[in-house]
Amino acid sequence: MFLAVELDGAGAHPAAWRASGASPASVLLPSTVREAVALAEEGGFTLATFADSPVPPSSGADIAGRLEAVGRAAFVSTTTQRIGLAPSVSTATTEPFHLAAQIASLDHATHGRAAWVVEGATPAELATVGTDGPPGEAAEVVAAVRALWDSWEDDAVIKDVPTGRYLDPDKVHHIDFEGATFTVKGPLITPRPPQGQPVILAADTLDVPADITLVDARPDRAAAARAAGARLVFAELEVVLDAHKPASARLADLNRATPWSTSRTRYTGSAEGLVALLATLSANFDGVRLHPAVLSVDLPALVEHVLPVLDLYPRGDTLRASLGLAKPANRFEGSTR
Amino acid sequence: MSRPQLHLGVFYTGVGQQYVWSDPGNIDHTTIDGTLEIARTLERGLFDAFFFGEGLRVRENRGRVLATDVAGRPDALTQLAALAGATTHIGLVATQNTTYNFPADLARRLSTLDLLSDGRAGWNIVTTDNAWTGANFRRGGWLDHDRRYDRATQFVEAAKAIWSSWADDAVAPDSAAANWATPGSIRAVERHTDLVDLTVVPTLPRSRQGRPVLFQAGDSPGGRDLAARHADVVFSANTEYDKAVAYATDIRRRLATYGRSPDSLRILPGASVILGATAAEATERAEWLRREQLTPQRAIGFLEQYWGKDLSAYDPHGPLPDIEPDAGELDPSRGTISIADRTGKLDRIRTWRELAEAKNLSIHGLVLAIHPQDRSFTGTPTHIADEWTHYIQTRAVDGFNITPHLLPATITDIVDLLIPELQTRGIYRTEYTSTTLRDHLDLPPL
Ligand SMILES: Cc1cc2nc3c(=O)[nH]c(=O)nc-3n(C[C@H](O)[C@H](O)[C@H](O)COP(=O)(O)O)c2cc1C
Repeated sequence: MFLAVELDGAGAHPAAWRASGASPASVLLPSTVREAVALAEEGGFTLATFADSPVPPSSGADIAGRLEAVGRAAFVSTTTQRIGLAPSVSTATTEPFHLAAQIASLDHATHGRAAWVVEGATPAELATVGTDGPPGEAAEVVAAVRALWDSWEDDAVIKDVPTGRYLDPDKVHHIDFEGATFTVKGPLITPRPPQGQPVILAADTLDVPADITLVDARPDRAAAARAAGARLVFAELEVVLDAHKPASARLADLNRATPWSTSRTRYTGSAEGLVALLATLSANFDGVRLHPAVLSVDLPALVEHVLPVLDLYPRGDTLRASLGLAKPANRFEGSTR
Repeated sequence: MSRPQLHLGVFYTGVGQQYVWSDPGNIDHTTIDGTLEIARTLERGLFDAFFFGEGLRVRENRGRVLATDVAGRPDALTQLAALAGATTHIGLVATQNTTYNFPADLARRLSTLDLLSDGRAGWNIVTTDNAWTGANFRRGGWLDHDRRYDRATQFVEAAKAIWSSWADDAVAPDSAAANWATPGSIRAVERHTDLVDLTVVPTLPRSRQGRPVLFQAGDSPGGRDLAARHADVVFSANTEYDKAVAYATDIRRRLATYGRSPDSLRILPGASVILGATAAEATERAEWLRREQLTPQRAIGFLEQYWGKDLSAYDPHGPLPDIEPDAGELDPSRGTISIADRTGKLDRIRTWRELAEAKNLSIHGLVLAIHPQDRSFTGTPTHIADEWTHYIQTRAVDGFNITPHLLPATITDIVDLLIPELQTRGIYRTEYTSTTLRDHLDLPPL
């Protein structure tokens, strides 16, 4: 199976910063990002995701700060070699053109390990953009971004000295995208990314075409996603593992500070139990995205006790290769537009 | 008082004809590996900043992508975040326009780069006065030239509010605290001015240098005023000595009207540098470079922009086109056109015809004669070092932003041959004594 890990802040539990053993402000340090990604790579995760939002992760007593996700992913691009890097970016609060260039550039900087976790937007997030919108439907933004990624053919740069041509103009295309509320002319400023199309992840509830559909860890949700045409289906799973204290006691401590109220499936217990659960899940899911409660505790536990005994696919040179996804053909090949 | 110091940046445009892509000695300049090699060379040369230009539409010639120039580049902030993870001192500056960005989004990305680099980020504020570029964005070709600087001013003021929304001691010192951030220590930013509309609770504190260093590039009165109000550095197009002096006088006068001291702004004009072991060798290189940059194919393309017609059937070594140019406006798809050049196209063509006739010039010959010269310093390292010393001592500029024509050769030559001469003259650092871009530039603390 495939394993992804979410590396936001101090961990998925809102009170994780209290149990991390580091100073509260350390969640904003670049070294914290670098160390977490390095450990996830060493442990064998296929990809790391970086949650994000233009507004604070917590409005209560917990973490109010966060570095922007594409920046975090790019920051570790040259210090990692195998792991896929998947920042969350909202379709509503970033221009589709910038979004396409950002993920394409991350793919170039990582030599083909970039992905995009598609996010919608809440009213508070939309307010950050104000009248610079209108935002456009998520599915339309995804379609525009995908077309922009194809706007340069792979062999567009020819550097033909005798004819004085740096590029072949027949291989760089206008996309002329027309959505309900916005248009994009193209081409992208960035040449086609090494993967052709960087990997797209999206929750099933967003209803956009994705390479990896993220669903709640229930077989009926997996079946529904597959029926809707999903390629790879990953279960979302929160994890609290036994450490210096039993997992349930750790969770109780954390919940006393802030209750962890999410709708996701949660596993609380031993590493062996998690290994068994993952084996069960592999019958219905291609992979699982883990949300470790406290990164500084649960990530090392995963790396030491869980990943080594799992039957994980080996990683390839690009994220698509790791996931067994072929590089897609370019829709504009042969087009004269 | 210590001697005034020269500050150097490299301007990576990623487009245009100044870069001689055909030279076999070049690295693959758009890749992360090539860019990182340049960044590390700049750190070896103790440069202040590595500076990325912006162009959000691939240049075209009459509706087709322009084939003769380099094109294709990464998103600047993404690439600079990658560089932040692999460098330690160099300032990382992104050109980002205020017309086709959302203020809260851009402010947060810049702030992220500033924190990832521990205080080395800069923002070159431009307005991208070009509706043709707008076709890639949600708001299309909105805002005419004057209103763009109104939006820019409101945008920068919103960004500054976002960057100062966290109290310095907002985050709890230890995890036993009741709250991660002290209640009341993070201010929501709300702006509803006529051209900026946002409500946001910012997610980031100030960096080691406070906030990103603000550069401004844009030469109209509106651009100069924006610089005088808000910029820490101006990236000017006034490189020749007399122009530089006049520009410095003008910008310092504007600074005073906003109550700022002359010392609070650095002036770094763009420049290209052509070095030779002798003056003759440098001149020869400059001539070689001009011919490499203005190839016969580019000469045809240059005239096509003015004629508005397909001229590919004309011999670049033959006489000027015998057909009449299109009466329409100058084609904007070759990049930003200054206000002064937007009108009077037919008059200009008429004077070219007269010149070509009088001097018996071919298309290529005419373009070599009339195409604006790069603002270049040509000579031996000693000669250029002396020239720059004069600029610095008379406070005409604070340094230069160098546009390379070969990579890495332009940079390695400057680092290995010119920098030591500048150091000998006492106008250039011999080691980094600071870690932030603001401190490299000797800007007063915020
Ligand atoms: C030295 C210099 C460098 C510039 N670099 C860029 C750039 O990289 N991208 C861009 O869109 N505009 C760039 N500009 C354009 C200006 O920022 C501005 O948008 C344009 O010149 C119109 O404003 P103006 O009339 O005030 O000059 C540059 C201008 C100058 C003088």
